[in-house]
Amino acid sequence: MFHIYCPYCEEYREEEEFHPKGQAHIARPADPEACTDEQWGDYLFFRDNPRGIHHELWVHAVGCRKFFNITRNTVSYEILETYKMGEQPRFTAEYPEGKPDEQVAAEKVAAEAAGVERQEGVKA
Amino acid sequence: MSQVNRLREGGRIDRARRLNFTFNGKRYQGHAGDTLASALLANGVDIVNRSFKYSRPRGIVAAGAEEPNALIQLGSTEATQVPNVRATQQALFEGLTAQSTNGWPNVQRDVMSLVGKLGGRFMPPGFYYKTFMAPASMWMTYEKFIRKGAGLGRSPMERDPDIYDHLNQHCDLLVIGAGPVGLAAALTAARTGARVILADEQEEMGGSLLDSRETLNGQPASQWVAQVLEELAGLDNVTLLPRTTAHGYHDHHFVTLHERRTEHLGETAPLAAGVRPARSRLHRVRAGQVLLATGAHERPLVYAGNDVPGNLVAGAVSTYIRRYGVVPGNKLVLSVSNDHAYRAALDWDEAGREVVAIVDARPAPDGELVEQARDRGLRVITGSAVLEAKGSTRVSGARIATIDTATFTVTGQAETLACDTIASSGGYSPVIHLASHTGARPTWNDEVLGFVPSLVKGVHAAGSARGIHDLAEGLADGMAKACEALAELGKSAEVIALPQVEARREGVACALYQVPHEKPTLRAPKQFVDMQNDVTAAAIELATREGFESIEHVKRYTAMGFGTDQGKLGNINGMAIAARCLGKSIPEVGTTVFRPNYTPVTFGAIAGRHCRDLFDPERYTAMHQWHVEHGAEFEEVGQWKRPWYFPQSVNGKQETMHEAVARECLAVREKVGILDASTLGKIDIQGPDAREFLNRIYTNKWAKLAVGRARYGLMCKDDGMLMDDGTTSCLGENHFLMTTTTGGAAGVMEWLELWHQTEWPELNVTFTSVTDHWATMTITGPEARNLLAEITDIDLARDRFKFMDWREGKVAEVPARVFRISFTGELAYEINVQANYALHVWKTLFQHGEKYGLTPYGTETMHVLRAEKGFIIAGQDTDGSVTPEDLGMQWAVGYDKPYSWVGKRALSRSDTRRIDRKQLVGLKPKDPTVVLEEGAQIVFDPDHAIPMPMVGHVTSSYYSPTLQSGFALAVVKGGQSRMGQTVYLPMADGKTHAAEIVGPIFYDPKGERQHV
Repeated sequence: MFHIYCPYCEEYREEEEFHPKGQAHIARPADPEACTDEQWGDYLFFRDNPRGIHHELWVHAVGCRKFFNITRNTVSYEILETYKMGEQPRFTAEYPEGKPDEQVAAEKVAAEAAGVERQEGVKA
Repeated sequence: MSQVNRLREGGRIDRARRLNFTFNGKRYQGHAGDTLASALLANGVDIVNRSFKYSRPRGIVAAGAEEPNALIQLGSTEATQVPNVRATQQALFEGLTAQSTNGWPNVQRDVMSLVGKLGGRFMPPGFYYKTFMAPASMWMTYEKFIRKGAGLGRSPMERDPDIYDHLNQHCDLLVIGAGPVGLAAALTAARTGARVILADEQEEMGGSLLDSRETLNGQPASQWVAQVLEELAGLDNVTLLPRTTAHGYHDHHFVTLHERRTEHLGETAPLAAGVRPARSRLHRVRAGQVLLATGAHERPLVYAGNDVPGNLVAGAVSTYIRRYGVVPGNKLVLSVSNDHAYRAALDWDEAGREVVAIVDARPAPDGELVEQARDRGLRVITGSAVLEAKGSTRVSGARIATIDTATFTVTGQAETLACDTIASSGGYSPVIHLASHTGARPTWNDEVLGFVPSLVKGVHAAGSARGIHDLAEGLADGMAKACEALAELGKSAEVIALPQVEARREGVACALYQVPHEKPTLRAPKQFVDMQNDVTAAAIELATREGFESIEHVKRYTAMGFGTDQGKLGNINGMAIAARCLGKSIPEVGTTVFRPNYTPVTFGAIAGRHCRDLFDPERYTAMHQWHVEHGAEFEEVGQWKRPWYFPQSVNGKQETMHEAVARECLAVREKVGILDASTLGKIDIQGPDAREFLNRIYTNKWAKLAVGRARYGLMCKDDGMLMDDGTTSCLGENHFLMTTTTGGAAGVMEWLELWHQTEWPELNVTFTSVTDHWATMTITGPEARNLLAEITDIDLARDRFKFMDWREGKVAEVPARVFRISFTGELAYEINVQANYALHVWKTLFQHGEKYGLTPYGTETMHVLRAEKGFIIAGQDTDGSVTPEDLGMQWAVGYDKPYSWVGKRALSRSDTRRIDRKQLVGLKPKDPTVVLEEGAQIVFDPDHAIPMPMVGHVTSSYYSPTLQSGFALAVVKGGQSRMGQTVYLPMADGKTHAAEIVGPIFYDPKGERQHV
């Protein structure tokens, strides 16, 4: 049974409180109607099954109800990090030991900018 | 029989306390402090079981968890039966009653052994697969007899009188094993103030120190054990758990411990002050760090006849003599590959019995223990091994000869030594089971001559568990590993004063697993590798010859290491033999994976309090008590208890379900009925973007739904398949109330959050589950308006409170929301009130309802009524492969909504556009008395050869008292364009029903009745 750190509650909780929701970072195509059947099929059905580092979407179902991401090693089951929606992982297949700090910082700024743009898009 | 093998003195037993026990119907005596195994050996009982496959007589081989043979069935009454208890792990108590697990009619004269003797040759590995495969239909029959013949113990048929507890535990360091290494580690950690749990599976903590010849600080080792335990027991930060097996290592340092609290006292927990305490506890430990001090299991040598009673592992001989004061025989031959095992001969000799010879496979052993043996005048035969044990029900002799381990040959003439006991030792295998549970593959170590654990982060192994068998080194390792573990937690530990151990020079061990025989393995008498599963060296050789090269395949083909044994004694020997046969090294062959549980755990402990009434939570509506009082039969929907139907007594006879449902249906169609619909999921949705959210998540349009109106909505997954349905009402411009199916409530809630949090975080909307806040009662039928009018201030006039309107007001004097929604096709009002008012409103409705014939109805009637109207149930008429179009519900699909809502794109995929998709239709059986079976397969041509092409299935089917006919909903390929055609339903009993494809609406197709 996993021991999972909820990045919103900022506490370790037992796996029983969470539900796994599949691979993380599967973005819905912005314009579904512009997708070919194959592209849409890829979005709907095709998922990675890596040996090693994997990013997963989980929800703190009987806790704060927040969705968040987990970077987990599928061999050792070690959870390398948990991070909030909209954030990028520090540990990836490319950077199994973690990305350099400056890259993490740059990605964070970019993510925040994208969030603001999106919010303004709705208001406009 | 007296205790013929009990020594006059020595051992840790309490000689003043005699305990009576019964084994296989015979009465014996032992002492407090005995295990069942030591007491049986003391009484000279040789045969304790019959083997699994060949029914060979078997005796006690080991002294702990690794015992493969002495599996017993415990219990004097039906309710207290416990199968598969190892006699070596069961403490003796007064009145203990046990039987052998195998053996019919008894272990002394076993009928099945004839089969084993005659048929042994005919029962090669894979025997069951090869012999009992055909015809396949007979397998069930074969299996029943094989099981009976094999005998794997049996579970009790009566209710367990005991209770069991689960405890959640947290600690900084969990130390598993309280031998010298575990004690040193626990003490190191405990002195820092860290929270420590020390668990040990035996009756007493101390492990090998309890029967050690070594001294610590110049005193018997057991004294140091007592001192350490006293100190630990006095510390608040330490939890000592004796009689506690760490049986499973799960993810992230989650370890389950099975603590047997009363198993040593009696077969049920003895009453304490009139209360029965928990018999055992399952500790669910989340540890910061884990230290495995699990020790090692001694490997027996594999030689012919090594399973005849009287063959033991060497260390067990020492344990029985030194810990229990029992010598399990008179004349010993010891066959070894290492120095350490010489202890058995020294202990035997000190006990005053005859050591016939020590047969050492090494050409020139020269360690200190070897010298001690020679000094005592014991005969040490070098370069040799026991090739074969003679005897059938007890060892009568040992054939020994010089061997060459490199070429696997017998090099000299065999000599037979008369003896009644053969002890053997082929080395020591670290107990790596728990480390293996983490998924880490162990690695072979040539110096240790065993697999040592690979460790995931936060898990440490110390001492024998990683191949450090020397006592002084083990103590130091325990301390060092405890310091490392604490350092990982950011805590520093101080070095503790370890006890002084006398230095002892030990010679190098040699690698010996299977002893060669003059005959080739396949022809030699049976050489057992895994005694519990009756796997022989020949079986492994045969498996490799038949092409099984992977050790995992060899394991499955031969059953080596299966079952409760999990390869404790046999696995390394088996792998070594497979490696020899394949011409590979042991690391090349590798090892199989040990799985939980380390030793069996009773179901009582696993279940804990989650049994009987507490097995699964039950949810009740606010009106539940009324339903109970009015004789409702209940149906489980999710965890809810919903009234299924309300049988009444008619002329002193209880109605059948069929009769009750017919009465309830007609009451709704002709007068008025009432349903407790509180279990429907209810989600309160608020925010300026609530309407936009609904537009995106539902298939239909929500832009124009006015305050005071309700609408039916379909919810699809993004693959276009229906997942849930329900009505959503507009409570305010930015405020909606969504209803879901009863079973789908939690899933839909999570679904809404998923889309909001991951795809559309920019939408300003919130969701709150209000299912339990509101109770819902539906009154429906032609008289519904008249009834409701009596107790509400809401204007019910048909043109001011229309179908699909909702109004707020008072019902029975309490605030209510009333929705004019119909799931029956009749005039209907769904009254929602705060749950704590619900029973009052419900009862008030009945006070006024009698004159209208108000009839409570349950879910069965609800199903019949909704199906007559062709209303689907998501999850019954759909199964995750049905689109709104397949249901003919294009009217609820907003094809031209601006946002590409969830599921829209998928509706134009080639697969969802196929014209032969299964589509929802009605089925009218040609014989109106027939009620088709739900799930029944549909074919177009009943005369087609089997297998017939199946073109659909029945999803809902009932008898309609209104139509006086059976009717059904079904999905049929291309069904919507097959109206009027006949389909067939071949049934298991050979009958074939015919039915006509019709529209799914059987009653009031124009929907006039709900609009009155």
